[in-house]
Amino acid sequence: MRAFGPNEILYILLAVRWTLLLSLAAFAGGAVGGLLVALARTGKFRWLRLAANGYIKVFQGTPLLMQLFLAFFVPGLFGWSVDPWAAAMLGLSLHASAFLGEIWRGAIESVPVGQWEGADALGLRYGAKMALIVAPQAVPIAIPPTIGFLVQLVKGTSLASIIGFVELTRAAQIINNATFQPFKIFGLVALVYFLICWPLSAYSRRMERKLLEASR
Amino acid sequence: MSYEFDFADVFAAWPELLQGLINSLILSALAMAIGMVVAVAGALGKTSGPPALRAAIDGYIELIRNTPFLVQIFLIFFGLPTAGIRLSSNAAALLALVVNVGAYGIEIVRAGIESIQTGQIEAARALGFRPLQVFRHIILKPAIQAIYPSLTSQFILLMLNTSVCSTIAANELTAVAGDIQSRTFRSFEVYFVVTCMYLGMSVFFWTVFATIDRAFLRIPNR
Repeated sequence: MRAFGPNEILYILLAVRWTLLLSLAAFAGGAVGGLLVALARTGKFRWLRLAANGYIKVFQGTPLLMQLFLAFFVPGLFGWSVDPWAAAMLGLSLHASAFLGEIWRGAIESVPVGQWEGADALGLRYGAKMALIVAPQAVPIAIPPTIGFLVQLVKGTSLASIIGFVELTRAAQIINNATFQPFKIFGLVALVYFLICWPLSAYSRRMERKLLEASR
Repeated sequence: MSYEFDFADVFAAWPELLQGLINSLILSALAMAIGMVVAVAGALGKTSGPPALRAAIDGYIELIRNTPFLVQIFLIFFGLPTAGIRLSSNAAALLALVVNVGAYGIEIVRAGIESIQTGQIEAARALGFRPLQVFRHIILKPAIQAIYPSLTSQFILLMLNTSVCSTIAANELTAVAGDIQSRTFRSFEVYFVVTCMYLGMSVFFWTVFATIDRAFLRIPNR
């Protein structure tokens, strides 16, 4: 049996970059998808609103683990083989699109009706209305829950280990299989996740409190 | 697309799938029930305990909320035996779920406790409400109204989270899916059916919770 030494710790710590990279990639993908979902959900086409709502419900009503499994197996049906990295990125992006879409829908809808009517009265087109009137008021409201979801996403990347992507949790499992020091290894891993997530959580909470005080 | 779908093997395994579904529901219900005890105790400790206890509870909440459930379940299932505590897969899964949902529950219950307004209790007494009436109408109902939405969505999150317990071979729905998959090699079909089953459970609970909310919890204008 191998000892749990500096090399093993280094191996685990180096795997953090894959956790961070996967989180960022999924967040970027989710931001694009989430924007589309939020705009569809708040738009004037009924069938688009229904479709966006269905999309959100499906992803909020099924386990992330199942979503990752399907992201791994569905491309195979079309003859495309995906590696765990692509499957994890695809699954987490689709997942994030639904949750960010729902968060941003709330932010868009929180802009008072008078603002929308004012923009219409000024003759602004859809793009100008959203970019110049709605976005400046919706974005500050959306920031705290978006950062809060980013924490969920970072934690969610740990499930990519189950479909075989070697990120932080999978690296820890590999080392644990060789050294069998589960308490030290998973404790270290928990600490690393905590160091990534806790500042984000604290920032999100502080922003939320500021927003609450400003609205009083 | 040249793939030929074959759901026959998956549907043939329906007794296993049904048992997995029931096990997932039992695991969720038990974890929620015990988790609520943790949540109420923690919330009371946090609102009226000594400073050291409050700090400890805060630490517990932050630690759980900022680490993945998968790592928590590994720490409990693989880590505890090295400290001499050996748990079965199912017991470890339940413990991990309780520890996890307890941390989220504390904040929810605390919000409920803080939503109670002492001025209203005094007003009710002044109006001649008996203590039991005060508790029912002024304390319990508003508190439940305040925590109901977060608590029910927490339950659905917990139910979806049970799928992660398959990694330590607790026998719930996702683990059953893994068994069927390794036997039939019908990966897509199995996971598609099981995903639909989870979605069915979510839709069922969304509907039930919304109905209860409409029937009992809306504030009457009388």
